Amino acid sequence: MAAIPAEVLQKTTTQRIINDFAFVVATPNGSGSQTSNNVLVKTLFDMGIPVNGKNLFPSNIKGLPTWYTIRASKDGYTARRATTEIVVAYNLDTANEDVQNLPAGGVCIVPTDIRKKISPREDVIWYEVDIKTIMNTTEVPSDFKKRVENMTYVGVMAHLFGLPLDMIWTALLANFGGKEKPAKMNMNVIELAHQWSQENLAKEDPYHFEKMNATSGKILITGNEAGALGSVFGGVHVVAWYPITPSTSLVDGVINFQHLRRDADGKNTIAIVQAEDELAAAGMIVGAGFAGARSMTATSGPGISLMAEFTGLAYFAEIPCVIWDITRMGPSTGLPTRTSQGDILFAHFLGHGDTRQICLMPGSPEEAFEFGWRSFDIADQIQTPVFVVSDLDLGMNNWMSEPFKYPTEPINRGKVLDAEKLATFIKEHGKWGRYMDVDADGIGYRTVPGTNHPMAAYFARGTGHTEMAVYSERSDVWMQNMTRLRRKMETARHLLEKDIPSIVDYDPAKKTGIITFGTNEPAIIEARDWLKREGIETNYLRVRTLPLAEDVTEFIHNHDVVYVIENNFDGQLNQILHIYHAQDISHLTSLALGDGLPMTAKWIVDRILEMERH
Amino acid sequence: MTSPARGKNTNVLGLTREDYKGGKSTLCPGCGHDSISNQITSMAYEAGIEQYRLVKFSGIGCSSKTPAYFLGRSHGFNALHGRMPSVATGALIANRELMAIAVSGDGDTGSIGMGQFKHAIRRNVPFVYIIENNGVYGLTKGQFSATADEGQFLKYYGKNHFPAIDLALEAIIAGATFVARSFSGNAKQVQSLLTAAMRHKGTAVLDIISPCVTFNNNADSTKSYPYGQEHEISLHDIQVLAPDYVEGKAEITIEDPDDAAIIEVDMHDGTIVRLKKLSHDHDPRSRQQAINVLEQAQRENLFMTGLIYYEEPRITLAESENLVEQGLTTLPDAMLRPSAEALDKVMKQFM
Repeated sequence: MAAIPAEVLQKTTTQRIINDFAFVVATPNGSGSQTSNNVLVKTLFDMGIPVNGKNLFPSNIKGLPTWYTIRASKDGYTARRATTEIVVAYNLDTANEDVQNLPAGGVCIVPTDIRKKISPREDVIWYEVDIKTIMNTTEVPSDFKKRVENMTYVGVMAHLFGLPLDMIWTALLANFGGKEKPAKMNMNVIELAHQWSQENLAKEDPYHFEKMNATSGKILITGNEAGALGSVFGGVHVVAWYPITPSTSLVDGVINFQHLRRDADGKNTIAIVQAEDELAAAGMIVGAGFAGARSMTATSGPGISLMAEFTGLAYFAEIPCVIWDITRMGPSTGLPTRTSQGDILFAHFLGHGDTRQICLMPGSPEEAFEFGWRSFDIADQIQTPVFVVSDLDLGMNNWMSEPFKYPTEPINRGKVLDAEKLATFIKEHGKWGRYMDVDADGIGYRTVPGTNHPMAAYFARGTGHTEMAVYSERSDVWMQNMTRLRRKMETARHLLEKDIPSIVDYDPAKKTGIITFGTNEPAIIEARDWLKREGIETNYLRVRTLPLAEDVTEFIHNHDVVYVIENNFDGQLNQILHIYHAQDISHLTSLALGDGLPMTAKWIVDRILEMERH
Repeated sequence: MTSPARGKNTNVLGLTREDYKGGKSTLCPGCGHDSISNQITSMAYEAGIEQYRLVKFSGIGCSSKTPAYFLGRSHGFNALHGRMPSVATGALIANRELMAIAVSGDGDTGSIGMGQFKHAIRRNVPFVYIIENNGVYGLTKGQFSATADEGQFLKYYGKNHFPAIDLALEAIIAGATFVARSFSGNAKQVQSLLTAAMRHKGTAVLDIISPCVTFNNNADSTKSYPYGQEHEISLHDIQVLAPDYVEGKAEITIEDPDDAAIIEVDMHDGTIVRLKKLSHDHDPRSRQQAINVLEQAQRENLFMTGLIYYEEPRITLAESENLVEQGLTTLPDAMLRPSAEALDKVMKQFM
C-alpha cells in the first residue's frame, strides 16, 4: 500500500508560505468571537484571496467550545481542511487538545494565562498574547471589555501574517452595517493589539497573506441568505415556520429581504407567520398553496419528521408548496449544530403510503438562490410539494460565489384555470374535474378559491377520490389515481432534467466515476486533483434532483467502478441509486462519512486510495 | 329597515336555496351534524353569500365530512385530524378577500387539535369555527372524547373519570372575541348565531352540541337529543339586524331602547345583534360574566345556549402582517419579482 499523502506538507521555515494555509480559532461559545472571525474572513476576501470560513459551534448560548476554521487557498480550494497549521487557542477548556492537533511546525497564538496551564510542545511556534496589558490601554468602557477581548487575536494576526489595518477597518464597518461607534470600539482593540505585537512578538513562522486578485466581482454569502433571496425573487407569498437550527437564518433572510417586495404604500406582499410548531407551519403552507399562493417553510430533520403527515396530504391532494430542509445530524435531536446529509432518503419518500417527493439538492449559494425561485415554478407546474434539501454547512457558513444570475425564466404558475379559462375548458371537454388528465402528463388543471364561476369549486381531500374530486373507496378508482400520480412523477423527472440537469464532468476514457450530491463538491474537486497527481483519473457526476435523472443511470453504466460519496452514515444516496436501478450495479461503492463535519478532500483521497490500491 | 329586493324563491343574488346545497350526506340518519349543515345552507342563502368567495375547511371525523354536504359552489378542504386551523390560516393569509366556515368536532378540536385551535384564535384569523360537539368519537365507534361528561358510562369503555373540557371557555381564555354555544336541535338560534358570526371580523367560535344518534344519545348524556330538548336554557332571544340582511323574513319590531331586558351588541360592520333576556341575566359584552356563566353551567350542570361572549375584535392576522389590501394570490407577477437592478444592489452588499 502506498503512503497516504499528507494534507499538510512538511515545510521548512525558510520557505515563505503565501495564501495557502488554514487556521482555527477556538473560543468559548457566546464570547463574541463571531465578529472577529467574520472580520478575518471578510478581510481575506477583500484582499482577493480565495477563502472560506466554517463555524463549528455547540448547541448552547454561552460557554461551550466553538471552533471557527478559516482556510485561505491561492488555488481556490474551498473545502474544509482536516488539519490547520495555525491555532488561536483562546479557550482554556480545549487548549490542550487544540495544540495537540497542530502539525509539527504549527503555530499557536495563545493568551498568556492559558499558555501557563497547558502542556508544552517543542515542535510548535508559540505566540503569547498578553490580553490584560492590551485591554488595560484601551478606551473601551469596562462594561464592553469582555465582549471585545477577542479582537486582540485579530490585531495579533494582522501583525504576524500581514493583514492591512485599513482593510480590517472596512470589513469591521461592513460587519456593523456601517455603524461607526461599535466599529471604532472594536478597531481600537485591534490597533492596540497590533501595536503590542509589533513591539513584543518576533515573526518566527513562514505563513503570510498577500493581496491577490482572485475574489474580485465575487460575493461572500451563506446558503440560507441565498435561498431566502431566491424565494423573494421567486414570488413567495406566504412563509410559515417554526424556529429550528440550522434553518432559522433562512427565514431571517426572507424577513431581511421582505422590503424588496413592499408596495408603494409600504405594505407587504409576503406574509411571514411564525407558527406554534412545525405541524402548523406545514398546515399553513399547504392551506396557502391550496388557495393559490406560493408558500414555503424552512426547517430541519425534526421538523421534517413532524411534517410527514402534511406533506403526504399535499402529495396526494396535489397542492404545491416548498419545504427547505437545512439538514443537521440526526437521528432525533442528534447533533443539532453539526452538518449532515442524512435526510435525503426520508425526504424523498416522506409520507406514509406510496409517496415520492421531489427533492432539489443545492451544492452552492448560486444553486440555493436558483432553487429558491425555481422551486416555486416546479411546485406549481407539477402541483406537488418540492423539498429543497440543503445542509448546515451550506446554510450557515459563508461561501464564496459568483453574483447570482437574475431568474432566466418568467414566473410559471402551471395549470391554473381562472373563470374564463374554466369556461373554455368546459366547452372543450364537456366538464371539468380537478384531477382529469386531459394532457396525459398526469397533471390536472386546478382552480383556486375566489374563482367566480359556478363550476369552479372542488373539495380537496386526502381520502380516495375520483378525477372529479369526489370521495371514492373503489379499488379501480384508487389504482387509476395512483397510476396517474406515477405518470405525473415521470413528467416531473423530465422537467427536472431540463431545468436542473446533473453536473457532469465525463471523459469516456476514464473508467472510475464519482457520484455525490450537495455540498461535497468543493472537497471532491480538490480530491480529484489530488487523485490525479496520484495517477487516478476520475469522472464526476453531482445529482441535483430526485426523482433521479436518466443520465445518472448512464453514468453508472459507463464506469467500471463508481464511488458514491456522501456525508451521512448509511450511504443514503447509494441506497436511492439501488432503489432506482434494477440492473446490476454491484460496482457501486458507498463512501459515506457522517461525522457531523463538512467533507474534506483528505478523507475522500484516503478512502479511494485504500480501495484502489488494496 | 327594509328587506332587500328579491324574488319569491330566490335570494338577493337571484339564486335558489337549492343552489346552496352540497352533496348528499352520508352521516347516520338523524345526526345533529346534518341539521347544522342545513342551517349553514339556509344562512348562506338568506344572507346572499357569494359562494365563490367562501372556503370551507375541516379536519377529520364525522363533523369534518360535512363541508361536502353544504355550499357546493364553494371550495373546500378536508385536511388532517386537528390541523384544520393551520390550513385555514394559510389560505386566509394567502387571500384575505376570502371568507371561511370551518367545521370541526370535539375530538378534532378538544384533543389533537387543541393547540392549533387556540393559536388560530390567538392570531385572530377571520373565520367561523364551528365545533359539532357530541362528546364521542363516531368514526372509530364510540370512544369518549375530551368533552364527554365526567362520570359518564359507555358500554365498551366503562366510566369516564376525567372532567369535560369546555371548548367555549377555552376559546375565551385563548382570546376569542366571539364565542357562542348552541344546540343543533335549536335551528333558529343556530342560524342567528351563524349569521352574526359570519359578520365578525375575527375568529368566531360556535360550540354546537350536536347529538350522535348512534353512540351517545341516551337521555343520561348531556350531549343527547332528549337531554338537550328538555334542559336547554336559551340565554336570549336573538335577532340579527344587519344593513343588508333581515333574519328569516320576520317583521322587525322596534323594541323600547330603554328596556333593561334588551342588550344590543354593536358589531364591527354596523350589524346589531339584539338580545332579549330570557332566563338568565347575562351580558355577553363582559368577559368576566362570560367566564362566570360557563363555570356556573359546568358546576350546576346547566345547558345554557346563546351568545356567550363578544368584544370588539382585535386586528386580524392580515392586518398584523401589514399586508396589501388585495389578496396576495391575486397580485400580478410584476409585484412578485423585484427587478434585476434590485438584485444587483443586493449583490453589491455581499461583495
